[in-house]
Amino acid sequence: MFLNQFLMLAAALFCIGVYGVIARKNGVMVLMSIELILNAVNINLVAFSTMTGALSGQVFALFVIAVAAAEVGVGLAIVLAIFRNYKTVDLDQVDLMKG
Amino acid sequence: MIGAVLAAAQNASAPVLVAQNIAFGIIAVLMIISAIRVVTAANVVHAAAFLVVVLAGVAALFILLGAEFVAITQVLVYIGAIVVLFLFGIMLTRAPMEGTESPSRDNWAIAGATGLLLLALLGYTLWDGFGKDKIPGDLTPTDTGALSDVIFGQYLVPFEVVSLLLLAALVGAIVIARRD
Repeated sequence: MFLNQFLMLAAALFCIGVYGVIARKNGVMVLMSIELILNAVNINLVAFSTMTGALSGQVFALFVIAVAAAEVGVGLAIVLAIFRNYKTVDLDQVDLMKG
Repeated sequence: MIGAVLAAAQNASAPVLVAQNIAFGIIAVLMIISAIRVVTAANVVHAAAFLVVVLAGVAALFILLGAEFVAITQVLVYIGAIVVLFLFGIMLTRAPMEGTESPSRDNWAIAGATGLLLLALLGYTLWDGFGKDKIPGDLTPTDTGALSDVIFGQYLVPFEVVSLLLLAALVGAIVIARRD
């Protein structure tokens, strides 16, 4: 297997995630797109770890998974707070800080 | 892309395992299609289901790369916990279940252009930088004991910091979401 197979797939996942973060209306869906991005990073870390034989990449992938769990918890709490105050999770209507 | 990689593999001198490449191709196609559906599906519950397919595909790639412990952690934490959290979030925020209105904002064309531009840039850079690098064909699964030695030896302090981060995120999430 070529290393580039995994890196290209991860790049495609990353770009789809970026599209989702920019284009989706629903706040929960934006968090899901962030998960796509983090998973793309994990694929890269594990692929490099396997190629070089060093285990640090896998350790960092585990750290990324833990941080992603924390991020989803706080992110969903923020979305819930937005829903409580605005009665919607449509990000177009949450424009209090828009200049 | 897969076909080009396979063609290049046949010209290279080192042996390439066909079964691994076929498995990779199937997983990759499934993941890309599901990921696109995640960011385009009008029904958010369907999007969560497609997210499960993507996450399972990532776990399968980890097994293909010999990283068994990371793969199992991926299934436990992502599919087991995070997707359930997402479903709770969808349920509690009463998101639109039907495709009555567009799921995308007005700037979706710019977002798509950004994604394609980024993909072209990343693709060219990766092709240029790692075009010849191979993953060893005779790779053995990572020894979980060795992985734990690295976590609790070299990376002990970052590990403890991650524990503290999880605690802080727990408290923070409760404070933010509390009704008062």
